Amino acid sequence: MSIPGIRDRKIEDVGLQAGVDRLTEDQIQKTIKKVLKGETGAKLKLYAETCMRCGLCAEGCHYYMSHDKDPSYAPVSKVRQTMWEILRHNGKVSPEFIYGCAQIAYTECNMCKRCAHYCPLGIDIGYIISVVRRICHKLGVVPLYIQDTAHSHSATMNQMWVKDDEWPDALQWQEDEARDEIPNLRIPLEVEGADIFYSVIGPEPKFRTQLIYQAAVLMNETGQSWTMPATPGWDNSDMAMYTGDYEVMGRIKRAHFDTAMRLKVKRIVMGECGHAFRSIYDMGNRWLGWKMHPVRVMHAIEFYHELLEKGQLKIAKTFDTPVTLHDPCNIIRGRGLMDQAREVVKAFCPNFVEMTPNREHNYCCCAGGGVINCGPPFKNVRVEGNKVKAEQLIRTGVPVVIAPCHNCHGGLEDIIHAYKTGQELKFLIDIIYECMEKPDAVE
Amino acid sequence: MNAAYEFVVGPLAWIAGAIFVLGSIYRLVSMYALAVKKDYSSLPYMDLKYSLRSIIHWLNPFGTAGWKASPWTAAVTFIFHICLIITPLFLLGHAVLLETFHGIEWPTISDGLADGLTMLVIAGCIFFIIRRATVDKLKYITSGMDWFVIFLVLATFLTGFAAYHQWLNYQFILILHILAGEAMLASIPFTRLSHMIFWVFIRGYMGSEFGKVRHAKDW
Ligand code: SF4
Ligand code: SF4
Repeated sequence: MSIPGIRDRKIEDVGLQAGVDRLTEDQIQKTIKKVLKGETGAKLKLYAETCMRCGLCAEGCHYYMSHDKDPSYAPVSKVRQTMWEILRHNGKVSPEFIYGCAQIAYTECNMCKRCAHYCPLGIDIGYIISVVRRICHKLGVVPLYIQDTAHSHSATMNQMWVKDDEWPDALQWQEDEARDEIPNLRIPLEVEGADIFYSVIGPEPKFRTQLIYQAAVLMNETGQSWTMPATPGWDNSDMAMYTGDYEVMGRIKRAHFDTAMRLKVKRIVMGECGHAFRSIYDMGNRWLGWKMHPVRVMHAIEFYHELLEKGQLKIAKTFDTPVTLHDPCNIIRGRGLMDQAREVVKAFCPNFVEMTPNREHNYCCCAGGGVINCGPPFKNVRVEGNKVKAEQLIRTGVPVVIAPCHNCHGGLEDIIHAYKTGQELKFLIDIIYECMEKPDAVE
Repeated sequence: MNAAYEFVVGPLAWIAGAIFVLGSIYRLVSMYALAVKKDYSSLPYMDLKYSLRSIIHWLNPFGTAGWKASPWTAAVTFIFHICLIITPLFLLGHAVLLETFHGIEWPTISDGLADGLTMLVIAGCIFFIIRRATVDKLKYITSGMDWFVIFLVLATFLTGFAAYHQWLNYQFILILHILAGEAMLASIPFTRLSHMIFWVFIRGYMGSEFGKVRHAKDW
């Protein structure tokens, strides 16, 4: 049953090992059957049956392209090593096999769906991998680090174990800091009926507080009616979606939407994060039974674009250093914001250079899909698995890379470092903050 | 030999046809029922406009990232499928059968053209077989089913070609050809050949998700 491929590159992980140590083949089969029968249907059946094993999807995947076309990294091969075997054996597979399934599903596929542009049939490899993850989650075989974040979601409703009182503290701290620059700046908490609920991901109050600062400046200086909640429900991120823990995903999305409704806001505007957007815009709502999200959801890019269009965001100076733009999968392939992103970038950066391929066809950062959250044991998997990204970056020949997504930042940072591309990474808000008109600023 | 011929063009043809038609209907209906029951987080997103958008783009052999990345395979895939559908449908020999047995008039293509198209199908089969046997990424994923379907197609067209050119024992080869063709027809609903009946829906679903929810291209 064990196939050359994943079995030859096993990586030790405490979470995976402890998980499989508890399992027997019978338990595995029982759980798998339950998931397949209870949670999958025509989609999985058709994908398994009609995938022509033609291999055309291979060229779509950065892992495959970065490993000199090693066949075991092709999208269909990841499924061949996991779901096809599970189906062939009717779920009767060994604990060791499940270890391999988890390692592939959690660390060798970003569920970025780039391969969707390469499969003539229209097979959704990302979906099949998500079912494998769901099985692994049900079996308790999840990499330690990402499982910890899922636990945090479950216990605190945020990803980073931020305590209830630490959240408003962090906001107040940023407000204080920002008032040195803009004395009338406020980070309004719990304002019922505000236009905008600005929501961020767990890591922002933890270690990317400057983003909260900058967003507050943007809101303040463009005159928005906005608020943030003082309660849990502020975090829009969602690692439970990626571990396959859909029950927790449902709880945190409900908390988020409930918070928006309690505050009676018109819309949720999210910071520059991709996976959180996917969770709120596409996944969590479905799990909760909403066809689309119950409150209007806007990604930061869309919001910046609107501010520029309405003339509320004014440009004080341009950012002249040549820049390129990385298209994050979850908001480009996942929401089609490629044109708006470019318009915002070009408004501030006259020296914009496209990387190729771009837009829907851009390569993933290889951190997405929860891969970076699987932690240090798997860092090399995603760095080596994305040589093509480094080559893409180098080809642009520009010193600054804009990546409007948290995960992409994490992933690209490691790639830039490992392949010594020497580039600087920025969020869009970094550039906007630097170049916008700030009428209330004192300095 | 004559009795065998009568049997394969008579009752067996009916049986194969029935398995194909009823089997396809059964597969489509039961698959839809399963989707209603189990895939309700997907099914309501199906959208005609975006399904067609996706299907049309993928029917252009130069129009998608996937086809562009493998132009030779794309070219062969298109030629292969077109010839595979046209040849049996409009072959004079098949039309004569229809007319003799059912009195139905049917448009035909010339024998010379059909012969050429048949050769293209056979060439396509050989291309796919060589590809499957030699390319690493394909060796890694190929299963018995993949060999079965391609050899079934090859057998049907090779025997058809041989029968037309009256190679070896004409009657015997002809019966083999009919048997292979019937096996192929009856296999469509229940083997990997079922992509013939399901493709538009799978493609359409992907197109709908990308068009309606994701606002992005899926090609
Ligand atoms: S990482 Fe992306 S391109 Fe590769 S198999 Fe997964 S979804 Fe497809
Ligand atoms: S997933 Fe699509 S492209 Fe990949 S082998 Fe299957 S049918 Fe071919």
